[in-house]
Amino acid sequence: MVTLNINGTEHVLDVDPRMPLLWALRDRLDLVGTKFGCGRAQCGACTVHIDGEAARSCSIRVGDAVGKSITTIEGVTGKVAQAVQKAWQDIDVVQCGYCQSGQIMSAIVLLAAKPAPTDADIDSALAGNVCRCGTYVRIRKAIHQAARELA
Amino acid sequence: MRKHRPLRPSVNPSGWLALLAVALVVALLLVSRDASSAPPTSRANGLSAFGTIAIVVTNPRCLNCHQADRPLQGDDRHAHIPRVERGPDNLGAVGMRCTGCHSLHANNDSSDVPGAPNWSLAPLSMLWQGLSPGALCQALKDPARNGKRNGAALMEHMGKDKLVGWGWNPGQGRAPVPVPRSELVKAMKTWVAAGMPCPDEVVMNLPSDAAGALGKEPWSH
Amino acid sequence: MPVLPTVRPTRRQVLQGGAAAAGALVLGTYVTLPRRAFAQAAPAPINYDPNVFLRIGEDDSVTVLSKHLEMGQGVSTGLATLVAEELDAKWSSIRFEHAPNNPTKYANLAFGMQGTGGSTSMANSWEQMRKVGAAARVMLVQAAALRWGVAPAEVEVEDGTILHRASNRKSGFGLHASAAMALPVPTTVTLKDPKAWKYIGKRVPRLDSKSKTTGKAVFAMDFKRPGMLTAVVRRPELFGATVARVDASAAMKIPGVVEVVQIPSGVAVLAKDTWSAMRGRDALRITWDTKNAETRSVEDMLADYRKALSAPGLVALRRGDAAKGLTRATKTVEGEFTFPFLAHAPMEPMNAVMERTPDGVEMWGGSQLQTLDTNVAAQVLGLKPEQVSIHTMFSGGSFGRRANGASDWTAELANIVKAMKARAPVHVVWTREDDIRGGFYRPLALHQVRAGVDDAGQIVGWHHQVASKSIMIGTLMEPFSVKNGVDSTTVEGIVDTDYALGDLTVEAYNQKTAIPVLWFRSVGNNHTAFVMETMMDELARAAGKDAVLFRQALLAKDPRAVAVTKLAAERAGWGAPVPPGKGRGFAYHHSFGTRVAMVADVSLVGSEIRVERVVAAVDCGVAVNPDLVVSQVEGAVGFALSTVLRNRITLNGGRVVQGNFNDYEPTRIWEMPRVEVHIVPSSEAPSGIGEPPVPPLAPAIANAVHALTGQRLRSLPLAPVNSSV
Repeated sequence: MVTLNINGTEHVLDVDPRMPLLWALRDRLDLVGTKFGCGRAQCGACTVHIDGEAARSCSIRVGDAVGKSITTIEGVTGKVAQAVQKAWQDIDVVQCGYCQSGQIMSAIVLLAAKPAPTDADIDSALAGNVCRCGTYVRIRKAIHQAARELA
Repeated sequence: MRKHRPLRPSVNPSGWLALLAVALVVALLLVSRDASSAPPTSRANGLSAFGTIAIVVTNPRCLNCHQADRPLQGDDRHAHIPRVERGPDNLGAVGMRCTGCHSLHANNDSSDVPGAPNWSLAPLSMLWQGLSPGALCQALKDPARNGKRNGAALMEHMGKDKLVGWGWNPGQGRAPVPVPRSELVKAMKTWVAAGMPCPDEVVMNLPSDAAGALGKEPWSH
Repeated sequence: MPVLPTVRPTRRQVLQGGAAAAGALVLGTYVTLPRRAFAQAAPAPINYDPNVFLRIGEDDSVTVLSKHLEMGQGVSTGLATLVAEELDAKWSSIRFEHAPNNPTKYANLAFGMQGTGGSTSMANSWEQMRKVGAAARVMLVQAAALRWGVAPAEVEVEDGTILHRASNRKSGFGLHASAAMALPVPTTVTLKDPKAWKYIGKRVPRLDSKSKTTGKAVFAMDFKRPGMLTAVVRRPELFGATVARVDASAAMKIPGVVEVVQIPSGVAVLAKDTWSAMRGRDALRITWDTKNAETRSVEDMLADYRKALSAPGLVALRRGDAAKGLTRATKTVEGEFTFPFLAHAPMEPMNAVMERTPDGVEMWGGSQLQTLDTNVAAQVLGLKPEQVSIHTMFSGGSFGRRANGASDWTAELANIVKAMKARAPVHVVWTREDDIRGGFYRPLALHQVRAGVDDAGQIVGWHHQVASKSIMIGTLMEPFSVKNGVDSTTVEGIVDTDYALGDLTVEAYNQKTAIPVLWFRSVGNNHTAFVMETMMDELARAAGKDAVLFRQALLAKDPRAVAVTKLAAERAGWGAPVPPGKGRGFAYHHSFGTRVAMVADVSLVGSEIRVERVVAAVDCGVAVNPDLVVSQVEGAVGFALSTVLRNRITLNGGRVVQGNFNDYEPTRIWEMPRVEVHIVPSSEAPSGIGEPPVPPLAPAIANAVHALTGQRLRSLPLAPVNSSV
């Protein structure tokens, strides 16, 4: 039995501790906002926050996530998250949308640490988030817009 | 340009004792061509042991993270995909922390992402990329660059450290260090006992890809 | 646009085809008709019954049923915009849902069946969906007039409000909705004058932005049914191999695994959760029969393709006399061009859910050709098509992969359901490795071209040969896309070029391989445009003419083509000196009814090409939502850039070498150039935008590289560049 703290709630799961956190979230807890894109930390679609840092849940074992504070797209709150989601909506960043939970989770971490990120900061922070629809131009724009709102 | 220590300690050539000492050293050098018949802590044995150490530290499992700004990846030493960088604390840029993907416990069998305690880029002082064998040797034993380690501490590090140990258990798709750890420990012992001798700009008999790696350009962006 | 005769495959054809569909299908007109057809309105009669396409709630919400798949291109917003415009709805009350599967009610009017592709959605819906809105408006007015006892002519509709000024009455749509929808559909409707447009031609916010930024949007990947099992399939590593023997004993021991079944495409492991299914699959021990497998390497295949070109091919076009013309050439340009297999790699891998119901089955998936998927599922399960209900879901990208003449992923799912006797709902999930290694690639292609100019700088002959596996032969599309053995998708972009090439010969060579191939965003154009536009550049040089002016002279008969090239060149500053260390290249291509010109600025970092800026000009007719048009151009650049720089599928002993995003790496944010998009103002009917911006990108970049380095690169992906000028 494993206890995970997700979005502020404790969940007790009867699950193999080697199961990737991604599948515990999606298959056991119905938190399907965090997506499966590659399964090997190459695409970022599975990005969650673990103790405030961006982490690829496909590459985190459930057992190693015990005792940490896990936040998914369903549970992000606060000024930064709101500014990011609003900028994303204002600019219509999304196309198919499948990568966007991960993009947003990474953007939130970036802005929380660097309130006025440069393009280079954005490139570094989101280098692990793939978008096949090519929304990168708008992602950058939205992060800058969110930064301006938060300033 | 790095200064190289002379091949033998400087000798004041005055006096017959000095001459005898020189003759003795020369004789030892001549004899020590065959390392196995020479005393264990001889310079020749030490240099030979360093050859083994160099093979270990320049193989991809080690050298891939002893890089300036961006780690390499894989047996073919390509630039790490996705793009990551050292960051201010050796642990990655904001949003792309090493621990975001790499476990601090063990390799991940589901994602094939390697993991070990203290997973990070080696400190900049331990940058080995692009070093000649002689320079690599100097870097390894220089306390200012090797984390303030003396010979004993170096042996401890190579023999016991968990992140170093990962090189022998790297997980799916990565070749382990080609020299058994026990042999590395033996070589370290020999090298340290010999006073950690370093080659001059003598080309060591390293595997061709290691030589290539030493000269390989870090991926530029 | 003529309606094609229906075609009923014989039962024998159906069985032999394996995944063929029973029933009447009218297919593929879009691939054989001239591009201009896209810009034309669909012929009467069009179904514009609001009851088919709308639901108006008592809460005044207007739900538009989208017959097209929302895969990111924004079609759901686009269709809703057309409806909202003529309905005079308030945009904030608009919602959308995917329509059910029905081959006639929800037909793509360009296909004759339900499906999305060929950049036809807005074009085929342009008149239809506006008429839906207009008809609904008429019916609402009538219903309100009846209710209020006033003359319909006195009833107005403005921004979601129905009003009768004279009596000072007003209401939302909801009050009158059910009465309105029960009224007869008007036999004629009048559409608004473009001057009165409130939504069309303006930036209207996407309907799906909110759900996709809060984790609420549900993809097939996210969909669950009670008792559902997840299946992952072990497919052969060699294309054309089949299962000889299966040992599932170890797989069955993995906790969570409940069943292992053999199906035509391989062996499926069913488990209570996805990870367990994957682990179960890893534990399968299978021996394969590889006697019919493809074992050549890509180099081997290209060598075979090259050899084939030494003989005459199937003539796709013979205009004038290219051979004779070439004898008059004072300068000749010739070259061989190669293009690798490419995987579509949408972010959401293939997956779908199927469940047996008392009436048949229900499927939840990002279905792109619903009618084919319906018929294939029916055929596999021994059902009638009416018994297959498809719930189309948001698709996490497609780029062509989810539309498949063989309905491969639907057929596979149906076969799993059949093999385990439908005792539980099944979610079949493809991993990324399954996706990258699973075939249905953009075909490997090899071109050889010889063209020449005379002393006056006129092109005097163009002989073009293309070898690749046909996408359409052996599929249901064959009767409509293949004429005299020539697959139109192999030569599109060449035979229908806008350039006035009077002496043009195009020969096609259909190559065989067990590797399945498929249309990849812009289909044949994604390689033919590269050849055309790099050849054009070389011929311009040979003629001593500016690259843009040279092209414009050849496009003189097409003012829209000239206009779009002018716009791109102007906005990019073409002709002004390019800063040192940068190269600038131009390309133009017309596909799926839309003309696109691009200017790419590149630099080099070591031997790596860095694309710094892309300026695009687009003529897609009326830009229903200009912001969506811009996003599709930006997106096409982001999508296609990695195919220009590095993507390729290679084979080792027949096994696909690549497997995931580490060795088949998509475009990343740090390499994304600035993209500037300029839309030519137009009053022509909308043509497509999903695909047309893809073809000109690669040649614009290659031409820029040539401008910078003098190196002419004739293959994709572009090889590392010699940085010496």
